Amino acid sequence: MQVLIWSLLIAAVYLLHQDFWFWGSARPLVFGFLPVGLAYHAAYCVAATLLMWSLTRFAWPEHLEREER
Amino acid sequence: MIPTVIVFGYLAVVLYIGIFAFRHRVGEPRAEDYFLAGRTLGPAVFLLSLFGTNMTAFTILGSAGHAFANGIVTFGLMASASAFVIPLTLFFVGTRVWALGQRHGFMTPVQMFRDRWECGHVGTVIFAVQAALLVPYIVIGVMGGGTALRAITGGLIPYWLGGAVVALVVMSYVFFGGMRGTAWVNAFQTVLFLSFGAIALLLIGRRMGGFSAAMESLLASPSTAALLTRERVSPLFFFSYTFIPLSTIAFPHITIFCLTARRMSQFRRTVVLYPLCLLAIWLPCVFLGVAANAMHDVPRIQQKLVARQTLAAAPAGIPADERADLRRQAAGDDVVPVMLEWYAPLWLAGILGAGIMAAVMASDSQILALSTMFTEDVFAYYGGKARFGETIQIRTGRMFVVALTVIAYLVALRAPQGIFELAVQFAFSGYAALSPLLFAAFFWRRSTKWGALAVALWTAFAVVYSWRVPAGLAWFGLMPVVPMTLVSGALMIAVSLLTRPPSAATIARYQAATGSAKCQVPSAKWS
Repeated sequence: MQVLIWSLLIAAVYLLHQDFWFWGSARPLVFGFLPVGLAYHAAYCVAATLLMWSLTRFAWPEHLEREER
Repeated sequence: MIPTVIVFGYLAVVLYIGIFAFRHRVGEPRAEDYFLAGRTLGPAVFLLSLFGTNMTAFTILGSAGHAFANGIVTFGLMASASAFVIPLTLFFVGTRVWALGQRHGFMTPVQMFRDRWECGHVGTVIFAVQAALLVPYIVIGVMGGGTALRAITGGLIPYWLGGAVVALVVMSYVFFGGMRGTAWVNAFQTVLFLSFGAIALLLIGRRMGGFSAAMESLLASPSTAALLTRERVSPLFFFSYTFIPLSTIAFPHITIFCLTARRMSQFRRTVVLYPLCLLAIWLPCVFLGVAANAMHDVPRIQQKLVARQTLAAAPAGIPADERADLRRQAAGDDVVPVMLEWYAPLWLAGILGAGIMAAVMASDSQILALSTMFTEDVFAYYGGKARFGETIQIRTGRMFVVALTVIAYLVALRAPQGIFELAVQFAFSGYAALSPLLFAAFFWRRSTKWGALAVALWTAFAVVYSWRVPAGLAWFGLMPVVPMTLVSGALMIAVSLLTRPPSAATIARYQAATGSAKCQVPSAKWS
């Protein structure tokens, strides 16, 4: 079950990368100068960080490390 | 003159770090210490060095140049896709590579493949394909060094001398410092070029009076408004690009680097912070590249914009030479140094030039990786280590570093740059196509050496074929990397199912080392 949830979460974050919804728009300019498509992908990097943090916090393959000790 | 002095000061610091790292060691040298820093790299050096190893001249120069011509899409294509895929592969594959290295003493991916699939010469074929794909990278590194040093010193250092200086510095710290020296230099370089982006953005933005007016002026013109959207590429092309970062974990210098961490927990910080590091360097470079289109007051940028307009308006029958010349004039690879030269004081331009050099000098890890692979997968595997001992093995590795650097330099002097830039592009697709080897080795018990051989041979064929017939594998509007990787995966599955799997003992051993099972079977050597 856990594997399924993580797989779905990873797939969802991957799909968020294919953002056709901002494809042809430059406005609004975030902070007055950042085109929305660029701001979205900058925010995507932060979202990827959160996903990685969740994976390392809740799905860390601890058994690999334990066995090496 | 000031930037030249600063950049040479930077090169001296880099050299010192490498030699200092060499002096740090005591006693008889061991192969594991020279090639893997004794598997003792700490968390900060591991993160910074792994990230820096993966950044090349393209990160600062090429990304801004690509954005100058194509707009904000550059970030989604190359940065945010990598921010998702690379840490994920480090999490799933990198940690397992580390664990197997600790358990069995592996120093290269081929050693792991030989053990996993109970093969000898199939491993040698994989080595040959990996090595062939890595060489253009090393050559382009020397070329980038020569070009950047010539640009930063305003032509004071010619291309041939710049390339020689960079090659000599890189060769020296790899030769003396091995992995430890290379990792420390990479960590230092990463700090430099991570600061570069933010400083360049703040400085240029301040001198320009903010970026809002520049963006509005781009939006006001129909010829530049599309640069702030992704209209210039198709969604399928955009999707294709997410396959490219799969190459990272298959690059031997990255796989080998995964073996250098002291503890597996060091991957945690690297996996989490990797997307933020990418954001810190790529966002300013891409944004500056796009904003350069509005900098009509900078004469050299204005010349590029005029060349681009002339190219766009040129009739179809324009001579090829003239078209190539216009393309060269319109190319934006140097827009960031040009902007700095215009907007930054000389001393700061020199420091930022050192930041550019830091990104350009990325061939160190590849040279060391190829040397490690040669000494372990060929020299040691075919009896050299047993016959001559570990000291001679390290000496062979060092000689290999010298020979490789000299050859790369000579090739860089004679060959046209375009050929190697193209080869590097194919290398990314090639390594992405090799990535199923790692996934199959760790996550599919039924995989076999014949499946691995099929993947290696298909990759070699596909790279050569794509080179000879550029659109040959661009199926359904996708980039060649997609069919290359998918066919590779399919071949691994089909050929493995048709052939005999490795022994139950080996499968159980790998299940224990990489999966959740806890069975323990003694290690075996396959030769």
